This record gives sequence, C-alpha cells and structure tokens, in this order.
Amino acid sequence: MIFNYIGNYSLIISVIISLTIFFLSISNLQKINIQKKINLNKLNFFQFFFVLVSFFSLVVLFVLSEFSNITVFNNSHTTKPLFYKISGTWGNHEGSLLLWLLILTLCLFIYYLSSKSRPVKERLLTLIFQEVIIIGFLIFLIKTSNPFNQIFPIPKEGLGLNPILQDPILAIHPPVLYLGYVSTSIIFSSSLASLVQGNINSLWAKHIKKWIFASWIFLTVGILLGSIWAYYELGWGGFWFWDPVENISLMPWLSLTALLHCILVLEKRSLLSSWTIILSISTFTLSVCGTFLVRSGILNSVHTFANDPERGLFILIFLFILVLLSLIIYFLFEKNLKTNNYKFNLFTKESSILINNWFVMYFLSVILIGTIYPIFLEVLSDQKISVGPPFFNKLLIPFLIPFLIFMSIGPNLKWIKNKNFGNKIQLLIFFILNLTMSFFIFNMFGTITLTSTILLAASFYLFFITFKDLIKKDYKNISQAISHFGFSLLILSILMNSILSKEIIANLKVGEEIKFMESTIKFKKVENSSRSNFKSLVGFFEINSKDNKKFLFKPEIRIYNQPQVITSEADIKTNFFKDKFFVINLVKGEDYFNIRYQEKPLMIWIWLSTILIAIGGSVSFLKRYEK
Amino acid sequence: MKIINFLLIIFLYFSSFVSFSNEKNFDLENKIFKNLRCIICQGQSIYDSQSDFAESMKLVVKQKLDSGMSEEEIYIFFKNQYGEWISYDPEFNTKTYFLWGLPVLIFLLGGAIILRKLAVLKN
Amino acid sequence: MKNRYFFIIIVLFFFFFIVLFKGLKNPNVYIPELQKEKNLSRFEASDFYSNKKTSSLDVFNDNNFYLINIWASWCIPCREEHDYLIKLKEQNLIKLIGINYKDNFKNAKKFLNEMGNPYSKILKDENGTVSIQLGAYGVPETFIIDKNKKIIKKIIGPIDKKIYNEILLIIK
Repeated sequence: MIFNYIGNYSLIISVIISLTIFFLSISNLQKINIQKKINLNKLNFFQFFFVLVSFFSLVVLFVLSEFSNITVFNNSHTTKPLFYKISGTWGNHEGSLLLWLLILTLCLFIYYLSSKSRPVKERLLTLIFQEVIIIGFLIFLIKTSNPFNQIFPIPKEGLGLNPILQDPILAIHPPVLYLGYVSTSIIFSSSLASLVQGNINSLWAKHIKKWIFASWIFLTVGILLGSIWAYYELGWGGFWFWDPVENISLMPWLSLTALLHCILVLEKRSLLSSWTIILSISTFTLSVCGTFLVRSGILNSVHTFANDPERGLFILIFLFILVLLSLIIYFLFEKNLKTNNYKFNLFTKESSILINNWFVMYFLSVILIGTIYPIFLEVLSDQKISVGPPFFNKLLIPFLIPFLIFMSIGPNLKWIKNKNFGNKIQLLIFFILNLTMSFFIFNMFGTITLTSTILLAASFYLFFITFKDLIKKDYKNISQAISHFGFSLLILSILMNSILSKEIIANLKVGEEIKFMESTIKFKKVENSSRSNFKSLVGFFEINSKDNKKFLFKPEIRIYNQPQVITSEADIKTNFFKDKFFVINLVKGEDYFNIRYQEKPLMIWIWLSTILIAIGGSVSFLKRYEK
Repeated sequence: MKIINFLLIIFLYFSSFVSFSNEKNFDLENKIFKNLRCIICQGQSIYDSQSDFAESMKLVVKQKLDSGMSEEEIYIFFKNQYGEWISYDPEFNTKTYFLWGLPVLIFLLGGAIILRKLAVLKN
Repeated sequence: MKNRYFFIIIVLFFFFFIVLFKGLKNPNVYIPELQKEKNLSRFEASDFYSNKKTSSLDVFNDNNFYLINIWASWCIPCREEHDYLIKLKEQNLIKLIGINYKDNFKNAKKFLNEMGNPYSKILKDENGTVSIQLGAYGVPETFIIDKNKKIIKKIIGPIDKKIYNEILLIIK
C-alpha cells in the first residue's frame, strides 16, 4: 500500500539530494559562496529527513503487518508482539541497510552543524567524501536490497521471525552497533579531507576526538549487548565464540582503540599524524569489510544474514573503490603532513601509547588473519581448514601479559620526559605481591600452567594499579582512570571466570537426582503449558547445597510453530559472586532430558566492567578542565 | 600497611570462589567437545550444537576416551574421518605457515618500527 | 622510496580483492568428501536381525568389492536410490552391506519388504556412532570398498544414474 511508495520514493528523493550536495560541495570548493553554505545545512537535513521518512515507512509497514511488502512478508508475522514487529524492521538485511543509511545521513548532518570551527574547504571536502559513501550505499540499497519491493498476490500471513531473535537486547543491539560503525565514516572522511588541506594538527585532533570517543563508546556497548544476548539466549553460557562475525565486530573496535590513543598524542604533542590517518582509514575499512563479510555469504557462521553473492560482490567492489581512493589520496597528499624525525624518549606517555598501538595492532592482525585465512587457503589451494578458539588463545594470551604490564606502567608516565621515575619501589613491591598471590591461588586449585599464573599476576597488577589511580581523585585523568580500571576488571573477571567455572552435563529422567560437587540436583517435575505462539515445557530442579540451602531452577523448552523451532530458555540466577546457569534440552525419542548446570563466578563483572569502560569514555565529554 | 590490608581484602574476596574440583574427566571431555565442529550446524562446536550428529559425535568421543585414547589421538581420528576442517585448532604444517607466522612477523615488524622511533638506538 | 611502498600496497590490495572475489563464488558449507583412499577402520555393530554384536573384521572377510550403504526408513532420498542398490546386487560383482541408521525396527523391516532387500548383511546403528567410525554424517551415504579393504569412493547423498555407472566401472 501507500507506504511502500512513500518509502521507495523518499529514497529516490534522498539520492537526488545527495547528488545535489555532492556537486554543490565540489562547486563550492572552487568559489566560496556564503549563501550556498547555509543551503548545505538545509540540504543535509533534508537528505537525512527523507531517509528517515523511508525508514519510518518501513516501520509502519512492519507494524501494520503489510505483507504486500516482500521484506515484511519474509520477516514478520501477525502474532508477533508490537515491540518485535518494530525491531523486526532492522532485523533483516534490507532493513538493517536502511538503518545504516539513516545513521550515515544523520551523522553527516550533525557533523556539518558541529564543525563550524573548521576551515570551510575541509568541511566541504568531508562532505564530498561522505557523500561518496552515502551515494554508494543508497545505490546499493535501491538496486540490490530494496526494502520496498512488492509481491502479488498479497499473502495472508508472513513467514515469521526466528523466535531466537525476539529478544529485547537483540532488538537494540544493531542500532547501537551501527551508531558505532557508521560514525567511523565521519572520522574517515574528515581525516582525508583534513589531509588534503594540510590541516592534520593538534586543532583538528581536538575536533575529531569527540567523534572518535562517541564512536568508540557505541561500539563498546554494541559489542557488549551482543555478548550479553549470546550468554542469556544461546543456551550454553558462552559469551564469546571467536565466531567470524564476532571477530569482525571486534576488529574496528581494536583499530578505534588504537586511534583513540593516537589522537591524544596528536592533540597534545602533534606527533604520529601519518599513523593517525592510516588508522582512520583502516577503522572505517574494517567496518565496511565487516558489512561485506557478514552479508555476502563468504563466511560460515551462525550469525550471517541471508547469503547473496551478488550483494557481496557489490559491497566488495564498493569497498575496493573506497580503499583504493583513500590510499591514492594518502600517497598524493602525504607531503602535507608535518613529519619530523622526532625520537620518542623511552619512559614517556607518548612512547607508551606507541607500545599500546603496537600490541593492539598485533591483536588486530591475529584476529584478522585468523578470520580470513581459511577463505584465502580455500581459494588458493582448494583445502578447507578451521581456525577457532585454540588458535586465538594461543596467539593472544601470551602477548596479553606484557600488554597488561605496559598498561600498568604507561598511563602514569608524563608527556615528553619523565623526570623522576619515582615510585619504582612501590611498583616493584606490587608486582612481587601479585606474583605470590597468584601462585597461592593456583596452588589451591592445583591446576594450570606458568602462563596462566603470570597472566593472572599481570591482571591483578593492572587491577591494583588502576584501582589506586581511580581512588587518587585526579580529575584531570578521571576518564582514563575509569576506563583503564574497567578494562583491568574485565580481564580479571574473564580470567577468573574461565579458570573457576564448573559444569555438569547429564541425562536425567523426572524423579532422578545426580551429585555435583557437594550438592545434589533433583529433577522434581515437568510442567506443560501453551502460550500465544509456543508450547512451553518447564523443568523443575532443586539443588541442595552442602549448607542445606535450596535453590529452585525452572529452565524451559519452547516449541514454536511459526517457524518450527525449538529453543531452550536457561534459568540463570545471578549475584555479584557467581552465576548459576541451568538449561534443559529435549532428547529425540527418549523419555529423559539432557541437563546442563554450570556455576560461573564473576560473570556479572564481565558486563559491569565493560559498561565501566564505556562510562570512562563518556566522562571525557563532561570534562570541564583542559590540561 | 594500608596497601597490605587492602590487598588481603581483595585476596579473600577472590578466594571465596575456591572450590575443589574432581571433575577432571569432565573438563577434558568438554575441552574436546569445544574443539570439534558440528557438520550439521556448521557454525557451532559439538559442545554448543544440539543436532543429532553432535550428540553422536559426543558419544564417540566418550567411547574413545573410555577406551584409553589420548586427546591428540582423538583429534587425529576425527581429522582422518572428516578432514582437518573438523578441528578448530589448525595444525602447523605447510598449509598454515602463513597463518601462524604472519601475526608474529607483524609483531616483530611493529617492534622494529617502534625501535626506530624510540630514542634508544643512538646512531 | 614512497612510490615503491605505494606500488607494493596496491599489488597486495588487488591480490586481496581477487581472492575475496573468487571466495564469493565458493560455497561456504563444508562437505567432508573423500580426498584420498583410506583404510576401512574397524568397528563394531549389532546385527539388524539377531542383535548380536558383530565386528567389521568378520563382515569384511572375503576378497571382494564391498558397498556399505547407510540408510533409514524415514529417509526419503534413500527410497530414490534403493533401485540402484537392487540393480547392483543383481550384478553379483559386489557385496552390499547395509547399516540401518537411527531407525525403528518395524519401520525398517517394512521398508525392506516394500522396496526389496539388496543387502547380504545388515547392521544397526542406533546412536549414530558406527557411521562416525566410517566418516559419515547423515543418510544416505555410501562407501565403496575395494579388494584391499580400502575405501575408494564415498557418495554423500542418494545414488543417481551417473554414480551408478561410475560404480559399475569400478567393479567391472
């Protein structure tokens, strides 16, 4: 119905406006006309506005269950709750691309408004580069992934959305994540524009810093939401699987983290300008690369969207053109950069940031190579191998140890030169205490290796040092203190969690019981019931711990009819010390159930510490003082 | 002194998680499950997958463990049957020199670049 | 100097692009096909009719070509290929061993009564472990064993006319 046409034509209007902005900006580059500059603000707004109208139309079509629209037909159902009808808008390939575009145009609009302090030509060039990206995505959307294609005759019912995807966290995961990815495009465009104009300096760094931080915060939270969802919904208590799609979301984050540190050096010391540009290019490239890899069907993963090589080809070519252009621009205008053969003094903040970048880039390369190597091997030699968690663990964990130690020392060093490397003794005492403590901990558990002991020691070391920094109440560095402390808590929680988690997997019939460590698990009964779109089977389990405390767990099995899917809903009891995680599964053709019970210490701290990292970043926006 | 008190408190907090485990076999079993891929649900390990094939594979792993096969032998067995793809841990052979070597090379390269930038080496 | 870096990066870049382009065309689903000849591993299974535990050493004892066919009554492609199996039995050049996979005894017998029984021996695989010993992962799958007890061909999916002819070529 009418919203199909509104949606479709709004997009076309948007393309026209985008092209207008593009050509107007180019012509403005040659002759500056103040009159036309004001128009650019309005044009940016309307470019965003019409994409918004289009997006809104799609939402309306989903809410009204208008199955004449193919996208709605493929991904929705009349019995879906309203909230999930709305979030279903971006839960598919076409809709999520429209969301990309929405945020892309919004970012540009905000950028142009907030960049008045920048030279005119730089702003125009940013606009031009950004428009190339926007027009590319618009064409991609309209030509290959149009959400407003219609189907006739109109079906009475839709094909429904996978019930696993009907979850509040998963509903907001894409928008938050895309806010992170898409805003890296502004960083990209602004970097190239500033490079061409020869403006890569401390002032530009200060200006773009806001975008880098904002982008980074959204990416952190976006990735966190994905992990939380996986933990609560995917059944087995894991939160990171080194799945290709997860890796792809992590890579821009790593690049952005390196960039975030670099921009500080650029701002305070006007150094590392060429490396900053390279990082800006790589961050955005990785974001679009992620889009390519997830939607093209080239990867084998649980997370991938519908596989369509034609779309993959388009994104690949688009990505290729973007990177090629940016490389050409970089090499052409690199002479504009004020490079000097400045030698960094060893114990300074800027050299620790250099070391940080070195390690982060190494982590990034491990993940990148691990993820795309199987593709290359298959194309070049027709052999298929798998690269999974063991690979990443072996290559990342040993390097994590020096990284944590550098991270403990680095942030406390001063810029330019460290006059007194005082407190050396305190640091040393800290470290020895840590080593002893870790040794004791491992002795008690009777497990594990030298690597793990030293890793734990390094994590504790970082933890104590960052905690000390946090309570020192140094407001000048509070955002750094919070984020670094959050990071140390994250590493520590993940480490302790992986060492101390215990689980039991067994097959039980109703009435049976099984021993687990010093507790007994009793399978009391099963309750059947019927809900709006699924049948529910709840298992009642009682766990008697050794101090006679009883815990009742009610994990559920859901049998959906549209589409025909069986899901397990875990019963998770959380507190600040540990999570107790209970799942049951049907076993085909048998009268017993497969149960899994896990005790996972410090689980909630993994989430809280990541939020803390993001909070630290946000606090940087509230800074009232400048150094 | 304050520091030592503080450290002790943290240590005691973390030691509240201590529990002794006799689940050695379980751990090895689960470790192997997490390392093998499911052919039906190809994005998951047989530990995560709920497919029939994963269940059968888990049974075979348990049988082999009970019969005394070591972890390495079990991986070799499955790779023999289904190809190297079935294991998440890539081998170190001619096919994977670049896989394992490139990241380390990049690390060393980064180190070299950093050394040049640092005022450590005096010309 | 800079131009040389640029050139190297552009070349690497094109290389990436071409590989990813080609990678798009490959299917991303993995199928464990037989790469080279393999020895038939020893396995144990219960006899279909008598439930007696049988070792593969006793089954594959002759100097013959063998065909192992994994089938089930609930598997629809198995019906499609069954005629070819009957034809192969009538050729009298190869011995057919059936492995009944995760099936109900009554349904399986009914299947054989309806469609004919080409197997000189049938084994049972109730929990799927026997098939894994062979390197199979579903139904139907067929293995051709040569006179040296090596698996020389693995067919994933039902046997069609083309594959039937290929098998004939091998055993003649």
